[in-house]
Amino acid sequence: MTTQRTSGRRKQAFAAAAAVAALLTTAACGGGGSDDNNGSKTGAAGFDAANNKVAQASLVKKGGTLRFGGAQDADSWDTTRGYYGFMWDFARYYSRQLVTGKAEPGKAGAELTPDLATGLAKVTDDGKTYTYTLRDGITWEDGKAITSKDVKYGIERVWAQDVLSGGPTYLKDFLDPKGEYKGPYKDTSKDKLGLKAITTPDDKTIVFHLPKANSDFQEVLGLVSASPVRQDMDTKSKYSLKPFSSGPYKFESYSPGKSLTLVRNTNWKQSSDPVRKAYPDKITVQFFSDANQLDQRLLNGDLDLDINQTGMSPQGRTTALKEHKANLDNPISGYIRYAAFPQSVKPFDNVECRKAVILGADHVSLQTARGGPVAGGDIGTNMLPPSVPGAEGQKYDPYNIAGADKNGNVEKAKAALKACGKPNGFSTTIAVRNNKPVEVATAQSLQASLKKVGITAQIDQFDGSQTTGIIGSPENVKKKGYGIIIMGWGPDFPTVQGFGLPLWDSKYIAPSGNNNFALINDKTIDGLFDQYVTTLDDAGKTKLSTEINHKVMEGAYYLPFTFEKFINWRGDNLANVYTTDNYSGTYDFVNLGLKNPKK
Amino acid sequence: MLAYLIRRLFAAAVMLVVIVMVVFGIFFLVPKWAGVDIASSFVGKQADPAAVEAVRQKLGLSDPIYSQVWEFFKGIFAGRTYSGGGDVTHCAAPCFGYSFRSEQAVWPVLTDRFPVTLGLALGAAVLWLVFGVAAGVLSALKRGTIWDRGAMVVALSGVSLPIYFTGMLSLAIFTFGLHWINAQYVPLDQSVSGWFGGMIMPWITLAFLYAAMYARITRATMLEILGEDYIRTARAKGLKEQVVIGKHAMRSTMTPILTMLGMDLGALIGGAILTESTFNLPGLGRAVLDAIKNQDLPIILGVTLITSLAVLIANLVVDVLYAVIDPRVRLS
Amino acid sequence: MTELSKSGAVAEPVKDSPAPSAFLEVRDLKVHFPTDDGLVKSVDGLSFQLEKGKTLGIVGESGSGKSVTSLGIMGLHTAGQYGKRKAQISGEIWLNGTELLSADPDYVRKLRGREMAMIFQDPLSALHPYYTIGQQIVEAYRIHHNVDKKTAKRRAVEMLDRVGIPQPDKRVDSYPHEFSGGMRQRAMIAMSLVNNPELLIADEPTTALDVTVQAQILDLMRDLQKEFGSAVIIITHDLGVVAELADDILVMYGGRCIERGPAEKVFYEPRHPYTWGLLGSMPRLDREQTERLIPVKGSPPSLINLPSGCAFNPRCPYADVPKDNVTRTVRPELTEVGGRHWAACHMTQEQRERIWIEEIAPKL
Repeated sequence: MTTQRTSGRRKQAFAAAAAVAALLTTAACGGGGSDDNNGSKTGAAGFDAANNKVAQASLVKKGGTLRFGGAQDADSWDTTRGYYGFMWDFARYYSRQLVTGKAEPGKAGAELTPDLATGLAKVTDDGKTYTYTLRDGITWEDGKAITSKDVKYGIERVWAQDVLSGGPTYLKDFLDPKGEYKGPYKDTSKDKLGLKAITTPDDKTIVFHLPKANSDFQEVLGLVSASPVRQDMDTKSKYSLKPFSSGPYKFESYSPGKSLTLVRNTNWKQSSDPVRKAYPDKITVQFFSDANQLDQRLLNGDLDLDINQTGMSPQGRTTALKEHKANLDNPISGYIRYAAFPQSVKPFDNVECRKAVILGADHVSLQTARGGPVAGGDIGTNMLPPSVPGAEGQKYDPYNIAGADKNGNVEKAKAALKACGKPNGFSTTIAVRNNKPVEVATAQSLQASLKKVGITAQIDQFDGSQTTGIIGSPENVKKKGYGIIIMGWGPDFPTVQGFGLPLWDSKYIAPSGNNNFALINDKTIDGLFDQYVTTLDDAGKTKLSTEINHKVMEGAYYLPFTFEKFINWRGDNLANVYTTDNYSGTYDFVNLGLKNPKK
Repeated sequence: MLAYLIRRLFAAAVMLVVIVMVVFGIFFLVPKWAGVDIASSFVGKQADPAAVEAVRQKLGLSDPIYSQVWEFFKGIFAGRTYSGGGDVTHCAAPCFGYSFRSEQAVWPVLTDRFPVTLGLALGAAVLWLVFGVAAGVLSALKRGTIWDRGAMVVALSGVSLPIYFTGMLSLAIFTFGLHWINAQYVPLDQSVSGWFGGMIMPWITLAFLYAAMYARITRATMLEILGEDYIRTARAKGLKEQVVIGKHAMRSTMTPILTMLGMDLGALIGGAILTESTFNLPGLGRAVLDAIKNQDLPIILGVTLITSLAVLIANLVVDVLYAVIDPRVRLS
Repeated sequence: MTELSKSGAVAEPVKDSPAPSAFLEVRDLKVHFPTDDGLVKSVDGLSFQLEKGKTLGIVGESGSGKSVTSLGIMGLHTAGQYGKRKAQISGEIWLNGTELLSADPDYVRKLRGREMAMIFQDPLSALHPYYTIGQQIVEAYRIHHNVDKKTAKRRAVEMLDRVGIPQPDKRVDSYPHEFSGGMRQRAMIAMSLVNNPELLIADEPTTALDVTVQAQILDLMRDLQKEFGSAVIIITHDLGVVAELADDILVMYGGRCIERGPAEKVFYEPRHPYTWGLLGSMPRLDREQTERLIPVKGSPPSLINLPSGCAFNPRCPYADVPKDNVTRTVRPELTEVGGRHWAACHMTQEQRERIWIEEIAPKL
């Protein structure tokens, strides 16, 4: 994932408590069975053949070299430090967790399943104690057994943010919200296992003691940042160059920004791992500076797939759609692209003026600016990504965005302006990142349609690399008069908090690094979130999610553009391919195989 | 001559110090004035405050600029140790800084990338010298004919077509269209033929641009030289025309060409960014491009230094060479 | 009409006559250069003869065709001309019984430097700046002599010594820019004489030098000619230079010969107004200067469109002396005006004699 997509994954705190696994069972299995046709002449399975279903599972053969390419190296291959979505996906090749996402397509992939542990957590003490027992036969790449202490040490590393910066810090926030533990490198205890919230009564048992119950805890243990790390193999900041493997593959060579090669970890036993199939013998990643080069290599068959999983660049996409459609999948990325209206900037303090912008915008032209229905996504009608439980997709469309008013409704917009006390319209500024051409195009499209209803907008392209400092500062936003901010957001994992908490909860309004751009300070919404994290049944959670979404839309704080989709390349030789909601609609790397290992 | 060399090397060293200070200024001071926290840019924008503080400590960013420059130079000769948060990172001499983005010292990155860029630059230089100079000489000797016009049209297109265009075009034809050349970089020590196969298209693409420039300059110089009295003298001696052109005229024509070659090589060593990016060659140019993308400042600083050094050395070599070629030039 | 002189270098119109007995004979030489503006007729029908041991001075303004004539003899008129437009040459050049224009170019090349050598005007630009004097002389010698470098270098030192360069064994390794102007010209002379050529063409050999050095170089050339017995052509715009050296003088104007004859005749009984002009513009050391020098008024003619009639008529103060405007319509032929002395002028012998004696000579 690019940094762009990563930004949505970064949440400073998380206070949800929900039984995600339970919830996911209610959600209809998005997938369906596997599709084992032989596909096109080249062997490709067909357009969207791997989108929420398994493509060509029966054609997979063991062995061969799986060839990834990428335009962006990982932020870090250290399981503690990586935050890019593709890194989490890829890290399952060389790391295992107590629990992880199921090896199944679509929504089922986001369901947790035991990995190192023999089963899901035994939750006791009113949801404050989680106990796991480790499997037999689980080993490190040198053949030694993985112990509960290795798991604890791996988790403790999250506390060493001064050395191992970059990764998600949910574990730290859940287990030690006061920050009493200083991390393993400053740990004065002899075994460096001084974190009191985790106990390891024996090598097979690990117990988590939460100060406050939080039912999302197990979800967080499924992130790769909860992987075990062996203390004698911890090279601290340099661990990212050669992580010590607990999974089916191990690092053979890595040259940052150039290439990465994984080979089989011969000490990993298939019998000990219910998730990973480990079909190929070798996995290579080649990095490119130029995304077009990467796409050309994919089209040429020199590479099997894109490790970044952010979709093809416009040029390659056009060729691929024309000539190799059977090699493409068009999954939903989980991202929503939108405009936010900071209430600190007049007249956006008035809900009618906000509505005027939503009603006046030409949604089809905004979708076109985003790349159209295939490369850009469906028109977004509300603020909850379709992959999140409680989402209604285009069925919930309070402003007729995808319906009758999809090209904008000037009368309704003018009526709203009148109600706002601005019958002749007003002037404002659209803030947009200068390094995102698509966003700039979106801003221009919005500017053009607002003109028709009498709203004059000027576009301010700000330095995209300084996003946090510029639009993340409410003071600066007010000073610059940014009435409309063009942004995008995606979930770390698909729940309403995982997506919307930092955007909509008043507690998350921060003087810098703010993501609640609209400055939503709504007691009802805050209350619904509080209620959500203490609600355990998934029906209730789904209902609350829907309700939060409705409240946000009723407040007219956002103009959604698209429920983002992307075009993903699937090489001819790939087999057992499927997208997983566990990693935002990207392919599940760990079970990919080749049809012809000799190719 | 020796005194001259010593003086020039000293001047080059002073120049490098100035360059380092300027680069430091650009990377560390300007953001400070603009109110951007460098330390947080090293650890990413959602950085934990503790991580930001640790990096600030490790890099000595709170120190005054002169001591930062001093530490940097000391590191080149004595190595450097960065420590913070219980983690100690040693960067052995010559330490040209440490990239906290990719967790590696800058110097090994430079030494890893340098041979690629050097191979690209030298290989291309051989091609463009041979073809550019030959085309220039021939079109000078066939002045006004169809050969001359044709060569100059090709040269003009070579000069005006950007590398990424010719590069992408050649890739589209020979790699993705005809599948003749795979055009994937293979290190020389792994396979000589693989290296050659991976380099041949970058060489040709880069050489095409430069050959065009060299052909034009060669033609113009050659035409000028051919009008010189001493060329007439050479003919009056009874020398064969090949000797007149090949020896007497070429010797003079090579002077401006060597000057250009020195400067061009110096600049290319700093990284043929477009060529390396188009053909995905892991050289200095791509290193700096990726570093810019990832805001990996130590790498940018290191490559900038290497580039400056290469240009300074190229300048010096050109000046010395000039004196060797042209006895009228005195080094003083 | 073949009146051959037995006594030396004589310029004489010899046409349609094969295999001359003179050492060098040029017949109806034409050298034309095509340009965008038209055909430049640099030399347009020139004939003369030269015997061994004799010196011919070719005199004229710049652009009169005198240098092109010498390049034509050397076969260098097309040198440096690449591409479409090449000089056109016609006529005959007989050297030692061989016609050069129809000879194999490679044969002519082998004659260059060995049989016929050339000294150029500016020795600084005529010597290659990147090679030492010695290297350049050695090269000139070894083209025509199959000897090793050491022998050739000995020969170079010997030649430098002969032309009066002090410490020749040291100076042989110097670069041209390390020599003074006079020394450079001496080196140039040494280089041209290194193969004992039978014909030496000196193109403005002293023009670039200061006056005292000029005299030394001319002395040197005279001595060397006696020693080597070569035939010499001196090309100059300065009659003073040829006064001391030449046996015969040929005056060129607009690519043609307008007067020629033995030196003393041309000097003391010139029969062409242009020659009078040249004499008037010549500084003379043997006579006190009573009046200011009078250069020939006007500018040299266009070689693309020569004035009709006598090419000199626009500048000639006596153009109206002949009747019926004949100077402007008919080109005057060379006619004998005395023993082996020819001039091309429409005025009658008597008219010219009278003007010379009464108007011109007293002012000189």
